[in-house]
Amino acid sequence: MKSLVKQIWQAPLSAQFGLAVIALYIFVAVFAPALAPYGETEVVGEGFAPWSGDYWLGTDNLGRDMYSRLLYGARNTVGIAFITTALAFLIGGLAGLVAAVKGGWVDQGLSRIVDVLMAIPQLIFALLILSVVGTTATSLILVIALLDATRVFRLARSVAMGVVTLDFVEAAKLRGEGLWWLITREVLPNTIAPLIAEFGLRFCFVFLFISALSFLGLGIQPPTADWGSMVRDNAILITFGDISPLLPAAAVAILTVGVNFVVDWMLHKSSGLKG
Amino acid sequence: MVSIVRLLSQRVALGLLSLLAVSVIIFMAVELLPGDLAQAMLGQAATADTVAAFRAQLGLDQPPVQRFIGWMAGVLQGDFGTSLANQREIGELVSARLGNTLRLAGLAALISVPVALVLGMLAALYRNSWFDRMLNTTALSTVSFPEFFVAYILILFLSVKLDWLPSIANITPEDSFLTVLERSLLPVLTLSLVVIAQMMRMTRAALINLLASPYIEMARLKGVKKSRIIYYHALPNALAPIVTVVALNLAYLVVGVVVVEVVFVYPGLGQLLVDSVAKRDIPVVQACSLIFAVTYIALNTLADVLAIATNPRLMHPRG
Amino acid sequence: MTITQNNDKTDLLLEIRDLRIAGHSEDAWQDIVKGIDLTLHRGEILGLIGESGAGKSTLGLAAMGYCKDGCKITGGQVRFDGEDLVGASEETLRRLRGVRIAYVAQSAAASFNPAHRLIDQHIEAALHHGVSDRATARAGAIELYRSLNMPDPEHIGERYPHQVSGGQLQRAMTAMAMACQPDLIIFDEPTTALDVTTQIEVLASIRAVVEKFGTAALYISHDLAVVAQMADRIMVLRHGKLVEEAETRQMLAAPQESYTQSLWAVRLFQTAPKPRPDAEVPLVELRNVTAGYGAKQVLEDVSFSVYKGQTVAVIGESGSGKSTTARVISGLLAPGSGEVRYNGEVLPGDYRKRDKDMLRKVQMIYQIPDTAINPRQTIGEIIGRPMKFYHGLGGSAVRTKVKELLQLVELDPDRFIDRRPAELSGGQKQRICIARALAAEPDFIICDEVTSALDQLVAEGILKLLNRVQEQFGVSYLFITHDVATVRAIADQVVVMQAGQVVDSGCRATIFTPPHQDYTDLLLSSEPEMDPDWLDKLLERRAVVAGA
Repeated sequence: MKSLVKQIWQAPLSAQFGLAVIALYIFVAVFAPALAPYGETEVVGEGFAPWSGDYWLGTDNLGRDMYSRLLYGARNTVGIAFITTALAFLIGGLAGLVAAVKGGWVDQGLSRIVDVLMAIPQLIFALLILSVVGTTATSLILVIALLDATRVFRLARSVAMGVVTLDFVEAAKLRGEGLWWLITREVLPNTIAPLIAEFGLRFCFVFLFISALSFLGLGIQPPTADWGSMVRDNAILITFGDISPLLPAAAVAILTVGVNFVVDWMLHKSSGLKG
Repeated sequence: MVSIVRLLSQRVALGLLSLLAVSVIIFMAVELLPGDLAQAMLGQAATADTVAAFRAQLGLDQPPVQRFIGWMAGVLQGDFGTSLANQREIGELVSARLGNTLRLAGLAALISVPVALVLGMLAALYRNSWFDRMLNTTALSTVSFPEFFVAYILILFLSVKLDWLPSIANITPEDSFLTVLERSLLPVLTLSLVVIAQMMRMTRAALINLLASPYIEMARLKGVKKSRIIYYHALPNALAPIVTVVALNLAYLVVGVVVVEVVFVYPGLGQLLVDSVAKRDIPVVQACSLIFAVTYIALNTLADVLAIATNPRLMHPRG
Repeated sequence: MTITQNNDKTDLLLEIRDLRIAGHSEDAWQDIVKGIDLTLHRGEILGLIGESGAGKSTLGLAAMGYCKDGCKITGGQVRFDGEDLVGASEETLRRLRGVRIAYVAQSAAASFNPAHRLIDQHIEAALHHGVSDRATARAGAIELYRSLNMPDPEHIGERYPHQVSGGQLQRAMTAMAMACQPDLIIFDEPTTALDVTTQIEVLASIRAVVEKFGTAALYISHDLAVVAQMADRIMVLRHGKLVEEAETRQMLAAPQESYTQSLWAVRLFQTAPKPRPDAEVPLVELRNVTAGYGAKQVLEDVSFSVYKGQTVAVIGESGSGKSTTARVISGLLAPGSGEVRYNGEVLPGDYRKRDKDMLRKVQMIYQIPDTAINPRQTIGEIIGRPMKFYHGLGGSAVRTKVKELLQLVELDPDRFIDRRPAELSGGQKQRICIARALAAEPDFIICDEVTSALDQLVAEGILKLLNRVQEQFGVSYLFITHDVATVRAIADQVVVMQAGQVVDSGCRATIFTPPHQDYTDLLLSSEPEMDPDWLDKLLERRAVVAGA
């Protein structure tokens, strides 16, 4: 077992880039209020002001500072995506492990429910439900977490299935161990690596998904600073050749690329040197 | 052939079952509304009597099961009811836009499938070469980009800077085919780029998995040429995974049009859906959702059916 | 078989000089083959034997100028018919492979392409290399199928790989290797995955065709008795180096090196037979048990008893129901009818309905030690858990007892207690499994093929350990095995199973002394012996019986 520092040191450039990006985003998200020159929703000047010494990246359609909102966006967009993914893992991961360990009708029942939920395209499902329950941050998190939990369930179940068939789990069952021990001590520790990688991938997916919803005007609602809606609100500038509205989109893209690079490296490592 | 027929009919039955379940869920969404459809349509100001009368007119006083059957019967005949926003027939509203959306998705598929398959195969064949690494990194980045980011980058360069293509795809039924084609080109390109990256990665992974099989090693130990190993030993076995990859991505493509249509103001089903969600025009949302879901389920079912049908072990059963 | 000891230069087919091969693992290159010399003459069969990690398969592939992904030749020469294959162009190698050098893999099921008919794969090399036309090649294939005693040789080639049995597939692969009448065939453990009775047929067919065409061969196996039947000369490899090389008869009669001698001696270990205690209720008793999975019936009317302090071996081939028997006793599979009794009391069919103390009394040791212990727990945690779970021990008491048990299974307690399984060898892991079973303080231990996945020397150590444990604690064993040698070494009572039924049973001496029941005879006689003439004699005897 090599130390983490050494592993990162020996990682390919892309993974190091990814890790640096993730660290930077976390830093910005935590210290956004200290780093931002203006408030999140503060109207500081004319709408669509150009880049200047006062407003580094200009102002948006309502005259708020783009740079400040970009920094706050890290907090809101990334934060909500992270909470959603974590919730999806809690629900889907636990259900998947239980299904794998219990087997029988528990597994059958859960799997069939998930099959049906997965038969509906996620974006359509989300739009349908959000149109009914309304687009508050809470409903957004709950709906997407629930939809995403189905994907997590599938993966957690299939990975855990591979572990459950191993003899040491059978030995523990025959010893008379309870469900909680089987899940937390025997199965979970042996599924943790693929689950962490999947967490990265699911985070990317949720992050892009929420950004897309916000871009469609159905995600995180104003006046909260959010990268998807920032693109939407200022898209008109692009037709004048101004790239400011692309910056929040790029912010989304760079983080996703970074996380994907890290996940790719982790998967590559865990699969030995194949592929 | 008994086992393959049974597997296929099982899979199709499962598809039909999902369709039923999905239509129930979509229908049920309305039930979650505070109040009901009649209340929503007439607004808070309406008197209890008017609401009750309107409710009877819409058939809302009937039990849910009966209403569901009525709704399904209508849907099967192309009657989706009327829009809350403008009282128009939803069937009419949808049909013109559905054609536009299918054309957009179809053109994107036409470009992306061959390109992705060829790139995926080349990457798998020359894996770990600089070509593969470059392609992989590019693809990984592309799948990481939000669709609207790709769209606006293309607009910025191809439309604003170079002025080659229009940035808005406001096509009308009167436009000539060439005009339609020109105006849809940017949306098609955007969709294709996203799908190509995804599909290429999946093709590569499926092929690499296959090329590690002992029978491929055996073929090499028999001194078989590389080209023959690919088309004689790998491809017949790769058919099932590749077909799955294609169908899955087509399913993705049908849904992926939503964002792209909004960016380019393309008059398709996706834009109608998003507008209706914003207006909370539930019947239209239901109609659009159902159409998207049906296409998605149909393509996913097709993927599995083809995967079963092209599996050599199932094609030639024992005994 | 002709003994070719011809040193004539023109007769030299394969010459390997100081070959070194490295493999990439754990971010570093490690030597797999460390400087091996080998010569092979035309028509000669050279046996390569060794335990896992000896580098014999890697060496076999290198004889074709081939290295698996992640391996590379780092030095030396491989001269085939005068031409050096190390550094030869891909094209040169391609022209040799399949035509002049052919390969027979261990797993025929995985090595045949599922998408094509057997005969099409058979004739592929001949057509591809332009050796013959389609009609000739097909006729040759059918002729070979016939020589290899395959059923319905005219039509079996029209089948797809998954449509024929394992033994037939292995013969089809040998036939395919012979397709272009190569000068050299590499056999890489061709019968290891087969049952003993099937193995005989495949061995006989292989030897017949190799003799018929005078093909030279490298025969790779871990099983000395098998190699003895096939090879003119034997090389013993260990850790990528040559230990000893000699003519087969000479090697068997008088092995020189101590490592070789210890390999030979493995088969001599035998426990002292313990008489069956009578007038006593059996510890475990199966009465008319039937069981199956879904509609498929696997066990039919199985009855036998295990007495205290005794070892009962259940022997059978794959599909005989021996593992299912173990599952029924452990409660993993509830019997359809019949009962399992423990000390005279009927046990619930499902382990979940048995109480904790009952679960404690019956413990299990598995075939593959790598998957039988949780890789994420330390050795101390693994062995300590049953003590805490069943006996409520805690704190330092557990650690003290774990150390005692480690001592008992001959592992240094202080060195191992805080390690994780990944740092242990297969034999060491199996010892941990034994310690874990003993930690529960059981009366009855089910040993499911516990030595099958281990090298012979390691397996012998495990058997000796189990015997010592039995003498010390008086536990009873149920040994599930396919291996006649294991039964001969350790069983007090033997139960022979075939197709879900008990076909023969009795004490060891009775079972191993003629006259035998028919199937028992087939099973016992199919076990290869360390006599180079064993196969000839056996085939002769069977021919006589069949003729009579």
